[in-house]
Amino acid sequence: MKPSGTRSLLLSALVLVVVAIAAPLAGSSHIELGRAFAGVSPDHEIFFYARLPRVILALLAGSALSLTGVLFQCMLRDPLAEPYTLGVSSGASVGAVIAICLGFRATGLASLAGAALVLLMVLGMAVEGRRLSSFTLLLTGVTMNSMAFAVILFLHNLASFSQSFAISRWLMGGLESVEYSTLAWLAGVVLGISALVMLWAPQWNLLAVGDDWAASRGVSTVRLTAMGYVAGSVLTGLVTALTGPIGFVGLIVPHALRLKLGADHRVLLPCAFLLGGAFLIVCDTLSRTVIAPTEIPVGVLTALCGGPFFLWLLKSKRRSLWL
Amino acid sequence: MSFVAKQLGFAYGLHDASFELPQNGLITIAGPNGAGKSTLLGILAGLRSPYLGSCTYGGREVRHWPRRDFARSVAFLPQSVRLEFPFTAEEVVLMGRTPYASGWFQTPEDRAAAEDAMTTTDTLAFRARDFRTLSGGERQRVILASALTQRPRVLLLDEPATHLDLRHQLSLYRLLSELAKTLLVVAVTHDLNIALQFSDRVMLLADGRVAGDGAPTEVLNPGLIARVFGVQATMHGSWMTYEA
Repeated sequence: MKPSGTRSLLLSALVLVVVAIAAPLAGSSHIELGRAFAGVSPDHEIFFYARLPRVILALLAGSALSLTGVLFQCMLRDPLAEPYTLGVSSGASVGAVIAICLGFRATGLASLAGAALVLLMVLGMAVEGRRLSSFTLLLTGVTMNSMAFAVILFLHNLASFSQSFAISRWLMGGLESVEYSTLAWLAGVVLGISALVMLWAPQWNLLAVGDDWAASRGVSTVRLTAMGYVAGSVLTGLVTALTGPIGFVGLIVPHALRLKLGADHRVLLPCAFLLGGAFLIVCDTLSRTVIAPTEIPVGVLTALCGGPFFLWLLKSKRRSLWL
Repeated sequence: MSFVAKQLGFAYGLHDASFELPQNGLITIAGPNGAGKSTLLGILAGLRSPYLGSCTYGGREVRHWPRRDFARSVAFLPQSVRLEFPFTAEEVVLMGRTPYASGWFQTPEDRAAAEDAMTTTDTLAFRARDFRTLSGGERQRVILASALTQRPRVLLLDEPATHLDLRHQLSLYRLLSELAKTLLVVAVTHDLNIALQFSDRVMLLADGRVAGDGAPTEVLNPGLIARVFGVQATMHGSWMTYEA
C-alpha cells in the first residue's frame, strides 16, 4: 500500500464524520444540537427520532452499496457492474411488489425473502460441480433481473390505483426513519460483512486481473468468487429491503474513487465504504431540504449530483489515464 | 523436483501425452492450432483440472497440490493480460508475492523481491505507470517480473512473444534462456525458428499427442514438419524457411 493510501483513508473517514455530524442539523425546521441533547422539545425529537436514524440508514446503505459496487466490478471484471447487476435487488423488489399487491404490511420482510430466493437460485444455477465462473454468474444474474422485471410489470398491470402508486414509490427507492433496533442489526451485519470483504482485499486485487491469474498465484478463485457473491448479495438484499433500489451509488462512487486512488482494493474498499456512506447522506439531506417540505426521491438526487461530478472527473482524468 | 506426465489427457484437445521434464533448461512446446499446447501448459500450471492420466510435480499429482505451495514453485504467464482497472506496473508485479503473503501488508522482503524482478526484466523505469498505458513489450516484461517474484523453480509461458516485435522477441528469449540455467522454462510458441535458436528441447504436439520430443534440430526436421503442419520446410544452417 502506498503512503498516499493511508492519507486517503484518513481523509475519507474525516469527510464521513463531518458529513454525518452536519447532516442531522440540516432540515426544514431549524434545531440546535445543544437543545437536542438537553432533551428540549421539539429539537430532541426531531434530532433523535426524525433525522438521526435516517442519517444512519443513509450511511449504512451508501456504504454497503458502494462497497458492493467495487466488489462486483472487480469479481465480474466488468466496469458496468453494480450491486443490482446480479439479481438480488430485483428479487427484493419482486418480494416487495407482491407484498403490496397482496396487502401485506411487511414489505421489508417480503423483499428480504425475495432477495434470499434469488440469491439461492443464482448460486444453484451458476455453481456447477465445484466450478463457478464469474461469467455464468453475470449471465444468470442479468437473466434473473429481466425475469423479475417482467414479474413486476405483470403485477403492476394488475394492481389497483393506490397499489400502483405504492409500487412506484417503492421502486423509486428512498430513505425513511427506521427504528433504532432495526438500525442496530443492520449496522452489525453491514459492518461485519464489510470487514470480511476488506480483509480479503489482497485477493480481490488478483481476481480483478483474472481467474487464472489469481489461481496461479495461490488464490482459491471459486471459493472467493462464491463468498464475494454471497457477501455482496446479502449487503444489497438487506439494504434494498429497507430502502428500495437506490441507483448510482454503487456504480459512480467506485469509479470516481478508482480514478482518484487507483485500483488497489486495500485502499479502494475502505474508502468506498466511507465515502459511499457520506455521499448518500449528502444526497438524502439535499432530497429532504432542497424543495422542503416536499421530498425528492433520493435516487433522483444520487444520479443528478453524482452524474455531473463523475463526467467532470472522467473528462479531467481521461488523458492521463489513457482511456 | 519436476514434472512427470503419464498418459496425460483432457476432456478436449489432449490425449495420451507422456513425458518427463528436467529441473532446468528451456523447453518449447510447438504444434498447429488445436494441437493441445495451451491445454497441456494449463494442466502443468494446475489450472486445468480434472485431467486424465497422471501429471505429477515433485512426485505429487498437480491437482492435489495445495494452491499456495504450488504457486511458490510454479509460475504461469498467460498469453496476455487485459486489465479493466488502473493497477500500476508495480502493483501487478507485487501480486506475484501472494503465495508468500501472510496478511494485508507487503513486507520488506516482498519489496526486495519485486525490486529484483523488475531489475532483471528492466521494468523499473515505468513502475508507477498504469499497466494499461504500457506497450505490449513492456506489459510482457511486467508480467514476467510478476512471475519471478514468486521465486519459482518452473516458469510456464503461453506464447510469450506473440505481441512483441522482432527485437523484443529476441531479447525476451535471451532473458528466458538466461533464466533457464537455473529454472525450468516451458514456453508454448508458434515460431519454429525461435524454438530452434533458443530451446534445449522441443516438444512437438499434433492432435493432442506428442509427435516429437527431443533436441530442436532432431525434432524440427522437414519430414516431421511436413507431416504435422502440412508445410514444406527447408533448413538453412540453424534456421528454416517454409512454403505451403
